Amino acid sequence: MAGYVLRRFLQLIPVFLGATLLLYFLVFSLPGDATAAICGEKGCTPAVEASLRAQYNLDQPFWVQYFLYLKGVLTFDLGTNFAGREIATIIGEVFPTTAKLALMALAFEAVFGIAFGLFAGLRKGKLFDSTVLVLSLIVIAVPIFVLGFLMQFVFGVKLAWTTPTVSGDAGFTGLLLPAIVLGLVSFAYVLRLTRTSVIENANADYVRTATAKGLSRPRVVTVHILRNSMIPVATFLGADLGALMGGAIVTEGIFNVNGVGNTLYRAVLNGEAPVVVSIVTVLILIFCLANLLVDLLYAWLDPRIRYA
Amino acid sequence: MRSPRTPKLLSVAAVALLALTACGGGDSSADAGAEGDTSRVIIADGSEPQSPLIPTDTSEVGGGAILDLIFVGLVSYDADGTPVNEMAESIDTEDSQLYTIKLKEGKTFTNGDPVTSASFVDAWNFGAAAKNAQKSGTFFDSIEGYDEASAAGSTVETMSGLTIVDDTTFTVKLKQAESDWPLRLGYSAFAPMPAAALADPATYGENPVGNGPYMFDGEGAWEHNQQIRLVPNEDYDGPQKAQNAGITFKIYQSDTTAYQDLISDNLDVLKTIPTSDIKNFKSDLGEERSTESIYAGNQTISIPYYLENWSGEAGKLRRQALSMAINREEITDVIFNGGRTPAEDFTAPMLDGFDGDLPGSENLEFNPEEAKKVWAEAEKISPYDESKPLSIVYNADKGDHKTWVEAVVNGVKNNLGIEISGQPKSTFKEARTEANAGELTGAIRSGWQADYPSLYNFLGPIFIEGAGSNDARYANPEFEALLTDGLAAPSVEEGTEIMNQAQEMLLEDLPAIPLWYQHAQGGWSNNVTNVEFGWDGVPLYYAITGK
Repeated sequence: MAGYVLRRFLQLIPVFLGATLLLYFLVFSLPGDATAAICGEKGCTPAVEASLRAQYNLDQPFWVQYFLYLKGVLTFDLGTNFAGREIATIIGEVFPTTAKLALMALAFEAVFGIAFGLFAGLRKGKLFDSTVLVLSLIVIAVPIFVLGFLMQFVFGVKLAWTTPTVSGDAGFTGLLLPAIVLGLVSFAYVLRLTRTSVIENANADYVRTATAKGLSRPRVVTVHILRNSMIPVATFLGADLGALMGGAIVTEGIFNVNGVGNTLYRAVLNGEAPVVVSIVTVLILIFCLANLLVDLLYAWLDPRIRYA
Repeated sequence: MRSPRTPKLLSVAAVALLALTACGGGDSSADAGAEGDTSRVIIADGSEPQSPLIPTDTSEVGGGAILDLIFVGLVSYDADGTPVNEMAESIDTEDSQLYTIKLKEGKTFTNGDPVTSASFVDAWNFGAAAKNAQKSGTFFDSIEGYDEASAAGSTVETMSGLTIVDDTTFTVKLKQAESDWPLRLGYSAFAPMPAAALADPATYGENPVGNGPYMFDGEGAWEHNQQIRLVPNEDYDGPQKAQNAGITFKIYQSDTTAYQDLISDNLDVLKTIPTSDIKNFKSDLGEERSTESIYAGNQTISIPYYLENWSGEAGKLRRQALSMAINREEITDVIFNGGRTPAEDFTAPMLDGFDGDLPGSENLEFNPEEAKKVWAEAEKISPYDESKPLSIVYNADKGDHKTWVEAVVNGVKNNLGIEISGQPKSTFKEARTEANAGELTGAIRSGWQADYPSLYNFLGPIFIEGAGSNDARYANPEFEALLTDGLAAPSVEEGTEIMNQAQEMLLEDLPAIPLWYQHAQGGWSNNVTNVEFGWDGVPLYYAITGK
């Protein structure tokens, strides 16, 4: 087990190198000169442009830029963005916010998705099941920004239960609505996954055996049906955490959350390669760790799975 | 069982509340008077400054709005754009080339340092010197010695034209006579800076210390990408004295988001209504909570002379034909819902010396018959190479230009019968890179916003050969000679007359095709009053009060 975990950690090294190289190259290849973004419509003098290029190594060829960046990472100096702020500081500001948002969304979709899915699966074909199926289909079909703007308008502007945007420090109550919007689509998927899985397992031999040997209904449902239905759901949730962290651009935009998505979007527009690469690399690491966690969770959910 | 008791409890609470509010109401009206509540902290929309908050290093609106409140220069602009003295006691000149500037006594920065001649001279030298790479350095280019200090790799750190006479007097010698030079001095790049700023700009830019009507609300008032908190500077006693208890700029990624906060009273002032709400903001907010006025900015389409078909005599005629084929009236009405005013010249209507009836301004009027005729004349000189149709480059990432570019394109197609299209670029950066390098494959849209209220600001930086924003690569020695004469004129009034003669040449040549003047469309919440927008489309933040 420990050996397995160690091996998985060592695998992160090539993933890190490959990802940073590829990302740096992608941002490097974006058309346009980054100084044009810094100087704006009025432009700078050639002398100022030249010194800006020198300051951010923009006058160097790709490989030199990339290795200078890599050297910085290894000495714990990520450099600065074009506004002169430490990238490490920026990461320290935006990741906690987005992590909070993503974990809240994950908790929302996991708790409600599994609960609704379980009930729907156990009452297959009944009114509750059909209603939930139709509603979840609608949620999946409607684009996220439509849902976002709609919920912002209804709950933020019309009913005024919450502020339409997240102001200042993002706290639990402020992030509640954005988290629900962010987790809504995945909630529908979790619900449907759980439901299918539960229906399949409810008819399995071991469930009939468990019922036959006189176990109570709650015990059969929670221990025998639900636990065995969790493997596909856990896989989905694990992969979804990464998607929620990096893919919150739309939601963060609608609710004005100062998070990873917004920061990344601005950095791509400005051509700030070190910012983009640093943030995405952290996202990749989170993604890998979440996957590792899910793999370890399999062994707990299904004792037949062993790692060595 | 519990419900019958609830109303009784509620009504007791309600009476208590009523009594409380009655007292509160009486108090606040007593000290606020009819002017409005001066104890309110105003929440305004802002965008994240793109560089440390140093006057000479900020060239975009997000940082500019903050700088204009925490710094004042020699003069500031009132609502109409007229300069009024701030730090300056007097600005005197006899020949428009050598200026003697006297400062008011006893002015200080908010850290206690006095504002002296050196605060200005050192700050300007800092801004111009190449080694500091300040983005607004070009604003000092009229001063003698600028070229030496700003040349790439230069080690010269001071401009020879600046001389300190004593603590409150200094002189400025310009390269040549410029009568409108004092008009520029209200722009934020000309603000004074304390010695601490120049010693460590990066640290200073995070917590700037100025001399304006507002100051930072302590260290760390700039919460990056979230908000910037300003409080009144009690020592400031100029014309922009704060009428509120502070301004908090909430940083928004988009105007659309900010608008949702405005209509739910979570934001007090929004300076730009998002395009998607232009049609409904007046009904959403009502006349008393919204405003619309022309500000000193315009939108043009620059056609580079290096494009085939668009240079020489034939090119000039084609430009005129193109301009007359654009129905500005209709586009401003339909697309902007009247939120733009069709252009009559290259500048903006509120500027001193503006003349909407200059000879040649008929080239900016919609006239499809004349357009076709002029186009046919151009064809006689040299036929239009149809394998290189015109396209209009615009950036698709911000500003929402697609709609109007398409409208212009369709109008020209119908009225002139030529092949023309929009050419979107994914980012502003990409469009600007091509424009700066002179590698455009089409015309480019550009918006110009005045830095200071002067006709020259709309002409010099855009149409002088070699100027940074000369996207058309226009080069006309006669035009430049007129501009130089205009600047050298003994008074601003005489100068503007000559500037307008220079404009007549532009109206004939049309290096860029003026489209319309921009409007400031803003709104405010139910909680504030006394909101007025200035000549530059920015609210006069200091005058805003609570209700």
